[in-house]
Amino acid sequence: MTSRPVGEAAVQEAVRPAGRAGARRPRPPGQLFQPVSWQRFWILGAGAIVALLLVWYLVTALGLVSPMILPAPGDVLSAGLDLARSGQLAADTWASVERVMIGFAISLVVALPIGVLMGTLGWFEALLEPLIDFIRYMPAVAFVPLTIVWFGVDESQKYAILFIGTFFQQVLMVMDNVKRTPHEFVQVGQTIGLSRVKQMLRIVLPASAPALWDTIRVTLGWAWTWLVVAELVAAPDGLGQRIVVSQRYLATDRIFFLIGLIGLIGLVSDQVLKALGRVLFPWASRGAK
Amino acid sequence: MSRMDTAPTEGTDAVLTGITKTYHSRKRTVEALGPVSLELKADEFTTLIGVSGCGKSTLLHIVAGLEQPTSGRVEIGGSEVFGPGRDRGMVFQSYTLFPWLTVQANVEFALRDTELSRAERRERAREYLELVGVSDFRDAFPSQLSGGMRQRVAIARALSYRPRMLLMDEPFGALDAQTRQDMQELLLQVWEAHRLNVLFVTHDIDEAIFLSDRIVMLSGRPGRVKLDLRPGIPRPRTVDILTSPVLMSYKARLLAALREEGAAATRAG
Repeated sequence: MTSRPVGEAAVQEAVRPAGRAGARRPRPPGQLFQPVSWQRFWILGAGAIVALLLVWYLVTALGLVSPMILPAPGDVLSAGLDLARSGQLAADTWASVERVMIGFAISLVVALPIGVLMGTLGWFEALLEPLIDFIRYMPAVAFVPLTIVWFGVDESQKYAILFIGTFFQQVLMVMDNVKRTPHEFVQVGQTIGLSRVKQMLRIVLPASAPALWDTIRVTLGWAWTWLVVAELVAAPDGLGQRIVVSQRYLATDRIFFLIGLIGLIGLVSDQVLKALGRVLFPWASRGAK
Repeated sequence: MSRMDTAPTEGTDAVLTGITKTYHSRKRTVEALGPVSLELKADEFTTLIGVSGCGKSTLLHIVAGLEQPTSGRVEIGGSEVFGPGRDRGMVFQSYTLFPWLTVQANVEFALRDTELSRAERRERAREYLELVGVSDFRDAFPSQLSGGMRQRVAIARALSYRPRMLLMDEPFGALDAQTRQDMQELLLQVWEAHRLNVLFVTHDIDEAIFLSDRIVMLSGRPGRVKLDLRPGIPRPRTVDILTSPVLMSYKARLLAALREEGAAATRAG
């Protein structure tokens, strides 16, 4: 190696075809929408989270901020472990998951048929769209006192808040999903003599199913944000309620843990739904035209 | 095999009488079509041709029942039609196979709610998929097929319930030249085996002459019948006729007429 003249080595280097095709090729400039490999995706994604944790740790370790405002990561973790050991965490988590599931399910069961009808029947859209759009802009938080008058302080009041927060957005999204059904698909249904109901059930619903699934994913996330509001007043248990109580004791570390937990539940359930969607609707991700 | 299905029989014509279509918008009224009157024979292959915007697709949609004429009537087999029905099969220009169903299931979709049993539906779908040459792709999903293959399946689906009339709206318009030629030959083969009343819309003169018994050319907007030809080119036809003198003479005539309409449309703005 060393005996070889420098010049020749340089030539060899230049002549040797690139081992892997294009490994050293300069990237053409100005290309948007380039795909990213999943390894790189996870490295970057995890990197951002680790970086945030690191900054957080440094800020608290250096005592730059009072622990009451920003508790140290270790304190947050041990506050969470205390909650878990007492058995309270499991109970609260279950109570909240149950509320979100039930409240969300009620909303979805009502929003699906109404949204499908609004998306497919012009007169039905005209009948309800302005009304729903109006209610949608009303703050769900402001309904808390009203729902207590209407439902008292038991579980039905929590479902009502979750419903009010979720339904009015959800139904409009369902309508939009349904409207995207290619017109010709429905015309095929007409030419083979399907009734309107059958066109909805056999063509519109399956055609918009992948989009509806995404709507479910997005609105489930929103339902979780209404949970704290639902548990704000007179809830016996639940993650949101535990946050409210912790605030009374200035237990910032516990609040941090609980907020993080809600985020984690959201992330995991969304990833599960996403994966499930790929299994349920394989034709949608295959680049179908 | 067919128990109650009405196979196309001779003497059942489609009659279009004084069809017009006028579109109203807030600002203006556009007379898009007509009046057009046509009689279509039961086992004849008719092509509608014309400059873009002449209303040939609209006329086809009116026959399909997917659009309502402003005036005039459509009769098929002696009774007036007011909407779509299983007596007419339709093949669209865009790909209309349902992406969530396999090729086989796409064809069977059109056979549900009939008196056919499950096994009979499966058998019928297989029969028509074989007819259009996609038997090997029965279990594939549409996204795995080329454009030509998808249109073959769409033809199989439209024919599977044995309509008396087949309506085709520029079905090969999105395909490349070679695939297009293959599809034209396939369609002729299928049609010669199962003669029925075909109404085919295209703006491709070669395609019209190659396929048709009869070519109806519409004028520019509002579209009216400008030419009504029966070239009488013998069947079965092969691609060789595309360069034959007979075809060329008809092509020249149609081209001249089209150019005339195109120029008129430009003048009219």
